[in-house]
Amino acid sequence: MTTSFRTLPASETRVPWGRWGVRAIALTYLVVILIIPLTVIVQDGLREGLSGLWASVTTPLAWSALRLTLWTSAVMAIINGVMGLLTAYVLVRYSFLGKSILNALVDLPLAIPTLVTGVMLVVLYGPQTIVGGWLKDTFGWRIIFAPPGIILALLFITFPFVVRAVQPVLMSLDSAQEEAAATLGAGAWTTFRRVVFPALAFPLTSGVLLSFARAIGEFGAIVIVAGNIPFKSQVAAVYVLGQVESENRLGASAVSIVMLAIAFGLVLLVNGLQKRRGPSEV
Amino acid sequence: MTTIATQPSLPTRAPVARPGRISLAGDLWRRRLIIGIVMIYAGLLIIAPIAALVTGAFAQGLGAVVEALLQPEVLGAFWRTLYIALIILVVHTLFGTAVAWMLVRHKFPGRNWLNGLIDLPFAVSAVVVGYMLLLLFGRNSPLGPWLEAINLKVAFAIPGMVLATLFVTLPFMIRELMPVLEEFGIEQEQAAATLGANAWQTFWWVTFPALRWGFIYGLTLTFARALGEFGAVLVIGGGVQGRTETATLYIFRALEERQYVGAYSAALVLGVFSLLLVLGTDWLRRREK
Repeated sequence: MTTSFRTLPASETRVPWGRWGVRAIALTYLVVILIIPLTVIVQDGLREGLSGLWASVTTPLAWSALRLTLWTSAVMAIINGVMGLLTAYVLVRYSFLGKSILNALVDLPLAIPTLVTGVMLVVLYGPQTIVGGWLKDTFGWRIIFAPPGIILALLFITFPFVVRAVQPVLMSLDSAQEEAAATLGAGAWTTFRRVVFPALAFPLTSGVLLSFARAIGEFGAIVIVAGNIPFKSQVAAVYVLGQVESENRLGASAVSIVMLAIAFGLVLLVNGLQKRRGPSEV
Repeated sequence: MTTIATQPSLPTRAPVARPGRISLAGDLWRRRLIIGIVMIYAGLLIIAPIAALVTGAFAQGLGAVVEALLQPEVLGAFWRTLYIALIILVVHTLFGTAVAWMLVRHKFPGRNWLNGLIDLPFAVSAVVVGYMLLLLFGRNSPLGPWLEAINLKVAFAIPGMVLATLFVTLPFMIRELMPVLEEFGIEQEQAAATLGANAWQTFWWVTFPALRWGFIYGLTLTFARALGEFGAVLVIGGGVQGRTETATLYIFRALEERQYVGAYSAALVLGVFSLLLVLGTDWLRRREK
């Protein structure tokens, strides 16, 4: 292939210029859009050193916002893991009426702005609505302006993450192994636990971790659903907004850095896991 | 088949049972139960909220919806959203292509590292994105006085909102183009070069047509995401009514001011539009294949 180039000295001299031009444009773009902003916030949060950052993160209000974010995200991740696995299993192994609709539904949350998701949940579960009022009167459940609303919003947004991570792996998994297990006398549950689950453990973990990472920073849906009640329904992203508005720069930067660190750490972990398992998955 | 499961002491019988039926045989009721659980979950989680928004918006009739949407402030907000999204499309088409090209075609130290960096915006909170830009371009920032001197307003103005949306939508175009570019290879380009085409001619007549679907899909996802951006433009733009208020920021304000018909209608329009955009492209692509 290179021989064809050798016969064309003209193009050989032209290529390096084009190459360096493209590279310069691409790198400048990435530096301006990505790297400079990220550097600025890290530098700002570390202005007073790690101890200053720690002090800002552990103020009662910031700490409660971070705790709320972490535990609602964790609950979401667990539910999403179980239901995502089940949904993927149903989509791959069974055929039934409405399967293609279910398959299309999985991608829907990716196409809907998260703010709109928040509005939807408020219309459905708000205290003045039929469903919301009924839940409140019958069971005493508050969904909106409370943690359940946060969890529901996060579940909606991250619904595709686990399903779409598990689905292709499950598809490539030969059902002959399951049949063999069944033939050897394993019950359905044993087959699933001993044969199917080990093969899916990795994509499941990566889907769950990515949905958790996504949930840490969610703002649009949550600010609508949960509002901004300090110590009760204020998540980390909403806390940052509040500190920006009241010009508490260190507080805003410190909590931002913690959110960034958690999310980046998880994404790196998932990438590392994927590399170790080979590029065949996800 | 349950007999096999309950009699593990007789494994010799198993191969005799028609093997084709074994996978189907798993208890019919268990299977119905699992399908039922999944369908109810998806219905409650995804469909119920969508249905609620549709009924909520039309609670006072179609006339009220149309009237709410035709208010000048609402039209202005949607226009601003569209304007920003179109700028985003142009910028990402030019620079996103360059980045995808570099990451696929060039080998250089730090390439893997850079490749990993592209996905970072997925993990950064929208509020933090807006705040980063505020630190860079705000009043007290190092760039502040300099920007003031050349009379360029970035924070609390459209340029800042464009930058914020650029950050948030960065991965889409690049991630759609890279696999197509990899799959396409360089043989056809080399053929074109051999036949005397220059680099630009080769790109325009050979590479670009081959990347068509990558572009279309990347542009759609970028556009849909740009339309729905909220947190980042709220922080950097401030949501000043009539100046930096986009469609999402209008919805947020209308909810706070209890103008429910306006908020729900605008949310419905925005949701339906993004949905049609993404699903429509998906459908086109599937038909193409």
